Amino acid sequence: MSPAPLLELRQLVKNYGGVRALRGVDFDLRAGEVHALLGENGAGKSTLIKVVTGAHAPNGGTITLAGQTVSGLTPATARALGIACIYQQPALFPDLTVAENLALRLNAPSPAARMRWSDCRARATKLLARIGAEISPDAEVRSLSMPEQQLVEIACALGSGARIVVMDEPTASLTQKEQHLLFAVVRDLRQNGVGVIYISHRLEEIFALADRVTVLRDGQSVGTHPVAGIDEAGLIRLMVGREVAQIYPAAESAPGTVVLSLNQLGCRSSGVSNVSFDVRAGEVFGLGGLVGAGRTELARILFGLTPADSGTITLGGQTLTLRTPQAAVAHGIAYVPEDRRRHGVVLDLPIAHNMTMAIHRRLFPTTWLRFGAERALTLDYIRDLAVKCSGPEARGGSLSGGNQQKVALARWLATKPKLLILDEPTQGVDVGAKSEIHKIVRRLAKEGLAVILISSDLPEVIGMSDRIGVMGGGTLRAILPGGSDPHVVMAAALGTAA
Amino acid sequence: MKHYFRELSVLGALLAILLGLAIFAPAFYQPQPLLSLLTREAPTLVVACGMALVIVCRQIDISVGSIFSVCSVCAGLLAARGWPLLLVLPASVALGAVFGAFNGVLVAGLRLPSIVVTLATMVTLRQGLNLVRQGEFVNLPEGIQWFGLGQTAGQLVLVIAAVVILILLALAMRHFAAGRFAYAVGTDAEAARLAGIRPQLVTFLVFVSIGALTGLAAMMNLAQSPQVQPLTGNGLELKVIAAVVVGGVAISGGRGNLWGAFAGLLLLACISPALTHLRIEAYWEKAIQGTIILLAVVADGLRSRKGGN
Repeated sequence: MSPAPLLELRQLVKNYGGVRALRGVDFDLRAGEVHALLGENGAGKSTLIKVVTGAHAPNGGTITLAGQTVSGLTPATARALGIACIYQQPALFPDLTVAENLALRLNAPSPAARMRWSDCRARATKLLARIGAEISPDAEVRSLSMPEQQLVEIACALGSGARIVVMDEPTASLTQKEQHLLFAVVRDLRQNGVGVIYISHRLEEIFALADRVTVLRDGQSVGTHPVAGIDEAGLIRLMVGREVAQIYPAAESAPGTVVLSLNQLGCRSSGVSNVSFDVRAGEVFGLGGLVGAGRTELARILFGLTPADSGTITLGGQTLTLRTPQAAVAHGIAYVPEDRRRHGVVLDLPIAHNMTMAIHRRLFPTTWLRFGAERALTLDYIRDLAVKCSGPEARGGSLSGGNQQKVALARWLATKPKLLILDEPTQGVDVGAKSEIHKIVRRLAKEGLAVILISSDLPEVIGMSDRIGVMGGGTLRAILPGGSDPHVVMAAALGTAA
Repeated sequence: MKHYFRELSVLGALLAILLGLAIFAPAFYQPQPLLSLLTREAPTLVVACGMALVIVCRQIDISVGSIFSVCSVCAGLLAARGWPLLLVLPASVALGAVFGAFNGVLVAGLRLPSIVVTLATMVTLRQGLNLVRQGEFVNLPEGIQWFGLGQTAGQLVLVIAAVVILILLALAMRHFAAGRFAYAVGTDAEAARLAGIRPQLVTFLVFVSIGALTGLAAMMNLAQSPQVQPLTGNGLELKVIAAVVVGGVAISGGRGNLWGAFAGLLLLACISPALTHLRIEAYWEKAIQGTIILLAVVADGLRSRKGGN
């Protein structure tokens, strides 16, 4: 019988309002092991991490640390119990030096205590040397690169005597060389008996680094396997699983003429390169891929928010340079952004103002507003899209997520676009509203609109799209027909051959 | 009605004071002193309109007092050189607009925080004016005071002009697309940008507007006396910001309107004559004004906590 694992989760449940983010997860972590956590977007990885680090309290299940069941975990107690987390975006104080950061994080000194800076500096030097990082303890964190900052985070974790280190996609922003340095540090941690929970979308990393892998799907753990006993195809099968039977409205029209044509499009500052595809009138072109694949970045290029620096955009036969959103709107491009509550709908403003916000733009700022016409237009869209609200004067913030999304959609339909880009239109929307939005998208396509649908929901992107462009690493990896086998789509997104 | 609750409550407070004065100090309503009071507040009202635009856009301009002083002195010097009123007036407005544009370029173009930018402009202009003029008064030629109309007629012209500007701007804020842009930018600049609005341009233009309005207000003040004294605009920024905030324009942007700012201004302006008429020591004025500002801010704070998530 081996000793009790460092961390053991049994039937962990976490609900956010009505959404069941975790519905019974089993997981265990042994000393001196790298345990990878794998799953689609929204499978529950981030939630699991938040529960383990004490940021969120679970609604059910048990957490056992080294044989002791703990409850009421808070970030402070989690840290005291030896759990450290290294996030993608290091949470350091940019204006302080490395040594000062380490001192603040490690001592949590009483405000009145005198800081012994020479001791702090000596300890920082020792910790940095231990992980082989060539970083001066006197460097301001602001001046460090992202991977260097991650190394400082790891030094923090080591210095706090962490027994469990969680790494959330640590290599997302690292170069090849920096990755190797990081891998060496992880192996060193393992050698020293630390348990590492390693989250990554990159299968090759998991095979190179991890001892075991647990796959999450829809908030449940669907299997834990030794890495030596499973191959890529097996992992993809576990991630995708059996299809949930959901009916998507069928395409009712054959796509018409080419509306949008991208040729070798790229933008260095947002990491998008070499994207080429066509979208036709009446077609829903899905963009699938994992978080960080470059889909939103591509949409922002098409909307003139981060202008392209290579390749061409052709819309309706005309080659365009899109440097501002105004230019994009003027050419008939509409973009319903991903972060609905923040950018899609202005929550403080009435629905009517929200819906007409993008069409004032075509008018001169001194245009006299006709409230009657505005009201009529708003009522039309409220009826047409079945927005549930008390009327055109209701504030955006008073609506449910699905209805907010419809208001955001109406704003852009009012501009009478040729190309509609929808970025995660059903994220955080309940099932009924989701299916309504699907029907609206289908109907718009039938009316001749070209639609680009960005979605991280694999069944949705497969079910809704006429064709699916799969992105990864900022480029287009494959174009697959709608209704493709999810395993094939997932394999393309992960950049492996299924 | 519910929508304008905040503005209506300020109006209610104002009416309560006016009613109190009607009962306890009817002398307040003698036409000439009342007209003089309104005339004194007319330039402040014009600047307050500009300040309301700026604050709706979630910015602030504390340089208006200094811009006001510089415009007053420059306009006075031009008039003393014999420029006709019809040229001095646009010159003052244009000078104000140039200062506003300077603030606007720094805030909108370089995205610097407006409180710091306008603090720098405020100090620089004030000290520059002191340096150049050494506190010297400008004597105005005949025909500038009251526009050569005689006191009562001149006062009426000023009060009516200020109210017309208020009405025009209030209508523009409500009925022009530009007004919507200002509210959208003040509520969420990034959301406005994603809707195709240019937040930086809107921000620049509100600073130009408040500058031009301040230049105009300087002229309206100039016409009230035979001399320009160079400290004339000191403290104007605080007076104006107080009026706007009391009137329900949220300092966090995106909420409020010019009518509220108007009511807020009158409310604060009534305190001093009310004290005089009620024979209360004038020392109480600032304390009462401070209390009103505090009440307004606390009310807004409570309201947004209730309204927010």
